[in-house]
Amino acid sequence: MSQQSIVPEEGFLERVSALSHQNISACYFCLRCSAGCPSAFAMDFSPAQVLRFVQLGHKDALLRSSAIWLCIGCETCGSRCPNQIHAGAVMDALRQICIADRVPPGEPKVFRLHQSFLDSIKWWGRLHELSMLVEYKLLSRDLIADLDMGAKMFLVGKIHPLPKRIRGVKEVERLYSKQGAR
Amino acid sequence: MKRIGVFVCHCGTNIAGTIDVPRVIEEIAKFPEVVYAVDYKYMCSDPGQQLIRDHIAADGLDAVIVAACSPAMHETTFRRAAESAGLNPYQAEIANIREQSSWVHQQEQEAATNKAIETIRTIVAKAHYNESLIPFHLPLVKRGLVIGGGIAGLQAALDIAQAGYPVVLVEKADQLGGRMAELSGLYLNLDSSADPLGKKIEAVKSHPNIQVLTGSEVVGVGGYVGNFSVQVDKSPADEGPVSGEAQSSAVKRSPPAPSFSPQRFTFDVGAIVIATGYDLYDKRKLGEYGGGRYPDVIDGLQFEAMLRPDGPTGGRIVRPSDGRVPKEIVWVQCAGSRDPELHMPHCSKVCCMYVAKQATLFKQRVPDGQATVFYIDIRSQGKGYEEFVQRAMEEYDVLYVRGKASKVFQENGRATVWGVDTLTGLPIEVEADLVVLATATVPRAGAMELGQRLHVSVDEHGFFSEAHPKLRPVESLTAGVFLAGAAQFPKDIPETVAQASGAAAKVLGLFSQRQMVQEPTIAFVDAEICSGCGLCIPSCPYDARSMHEWRHIATVNTALCQGCGACTMICPNKACKLRNLAPIQVLSMMEAYL
Repeated sequence: MSQQSIVPEEGFLERVSALSHQNISACYFCLRCSAGCPSAFAMDFSPAQVLRFVQLGHKDALLRSSAIWLCIGCETCGSRCPNQIHAGAVMDALRQICIADRVPPGEPKVFRLHQSFLDSIKWWGRLHELSMLVEYKLLSRDLIADLDMGAKMFLVGKIHPLPKRIRGVKEVERLYSKQGAR
Repeated sequence: MKRIGVFVCHCGTNIAGTIDVPRVIEEIAKFPEVVYAVDYKYMCSDPGQQLIRDHIAADGLDAVIVAACSPAMHETTFRRAAESAGLNPYQAEIANIREQSSWVHQQEQEAATNKAIETIRTIVAKAHYNESLIPFHLPLVKRGLVIGGGIAGLQAALDIAQAGYPVVLVEKADQLGGRMAELSGLYLNLDSSADPLGKKIEAVKSHPNIQVLTGSEVVGVGGYVGNFSVQVDKSPADEGPVSGEAQSSAVKRSPPAPSFSPQRFTFDVGAIVIATGYDLYDKRKLGEYGGGRYPDVIDGLQFEAMLRPDGPTGGRIVRPSDGRVPKEIVWVQCAGSRDPELHMPHCSKVCCMYVAKQATLFKQRVPDGQATVFYIDIRSQGKGYEEFVQRAMEEYDVLYVRGKASKVFQENGRATVWGVDTLTGLPIEVEADLVVLATATVPRAGAMELGQRLHVSVDEHGFFSEAHPKLRPVESLTAGVFLAGAAQFPKDIPETVAQASGAAAKVLGLFSQRQMVQEPTIAFVDAEICSGCGLCIPSCPYDARSMHEWRHIATVNTALCQGCGACTMICPNKACKLRNLAPIQVLSMMEAYL
């Protein structure tokens, strides 16, 4: 964790609040979100600390953090929050800002996995595990991990060798371009 | 010879579980003068009391001893029971065999039983000499004095006056209103304080029962509950007292004084309400925050003054240094509070709420401004208070930083506040155009001296002490003197008004008596024996002793004496005695025991 002092960045709270549609100012730090978070053990900042950094405008530390990438979006935090804040949505918004501001992601592999997943959807209109994993492994340069599990899944027919493109793939592409235009 | 009845209580198993009650009865029946002895499960119950009443009549008892719990518990109960059967209540005595025997000697039942018998024996010896006493009746002046014309004093004065009793309201400043007049919008609804306060002031000024003395100070107080004599000095700059019906009878004007010296008034009053309010802790003592050094570091009341339309800035929030509208304001809570080492140990209680209010008002007037609050905890205990603070955070985006600010320094006309955000554990620095210190709430200057003049105790900081922290929060330890508002401890307006009305209710309770009733079990002086040495006078903790005006003997002021017995101990020739606890009684009790 960085120990430099916090120098609040103006407008950051407003930007994240608008993007996530969450009233982040309402957080009073009961820490229920962090207590129940299944990924918090691996994060550098707990979900409550992430909300705090947003309130304080401590942007740089936040965008470089692993926490925003390690959130699995299970919504345990949001369903328990006494102030109706969905920390998962805030994490999503922070990832978007991270990409938009071209900050190197704090967890590059997670970022690559997201990228491969989205590419697979873009190409085939649905997920094709084999090509997605190939892309992920090339991007992440981590070729050997989990190969044995992959082999088992292939043997029981969970991984199809060839992709099947859906009929409405054009419409899916349009969704992507709309996203890109924003 | 007296005819004494002894009634031994089992108190369920509290007494009977340890003490062998039948043996106690058997033994005490042998005492001389004891004509009747009986035990019962609960003497304090209705059938238990009836048993006492029946036997007073049937056996012609002229003294009753109840062997039971502490007299603090039920002495009054049994004295009333005796009285209702036609016996003088002071002929009823308690022998404490619960707290002093069964409870403390549970493992030694034999010894506990013996001790109970001996205890009762001593009380029988005392009862032999008990006189039939009649409570004193003292005159009562049904006029109230309220010291302090803030919201606490205004409310107390109004409540007493509305009930039909005359009130003298003494205010040090030239105008009524006190601190509330210095405030702007009030939480929770941000209404101006001027309207509700103005109404109260008007009601007080126009009330025929209230006599207002502004620019005045209480300089001397004599007497006692029901019969205080109060001297009030009014500074010469003002006109005489605002007239009311109370005036003609209440005021004895001193002979015309030279114009440069204050005019002195003397009032006779029966009860006093202290409502002297609070000061803010001097911000110059907070050097680390630049208090008094930087012009743009101000305290809460200075910020209130800027919010007030009739204030020095005409209601504009501006920096004192250059008159610019500040864009970024930092509030520092607990500035001088909760700091037993360096400043004040207590929580000033009102700051959490007024800071939220000030930050909200700032954001309403400067919507693109940034409000930051450094705090240790938020204490928002009141109806709607928590919601109010939450609203400041959620709707007005007031940034709350949990952690006490460590330092404020100023460079090139801007302040920087250093602190640690304890929620992240990281140091934080916030730039500010203006820093508002929520300095500690302390008693008004002069509270200690006023306490001394009124013989009312104050704590080490000058807050007036209540008689009991939970059950007697509006009474002082001095009979007839009551407390209202922040003079007792920091409190906000609703709490102050509630306490003021409570104090007024206590005054009215006192005034509702026809006369003052005083317990007769107090000291008296045997004029035949008293040598006039005067040792008893300084020994009395209640100022109840003085020398007779022309006879060379000591006297007792029956209204002030509490029957503590200090004078009886110091009197070299036993001329001072407590009624029904005379030296002969103490000696015969000891004899009975040995």
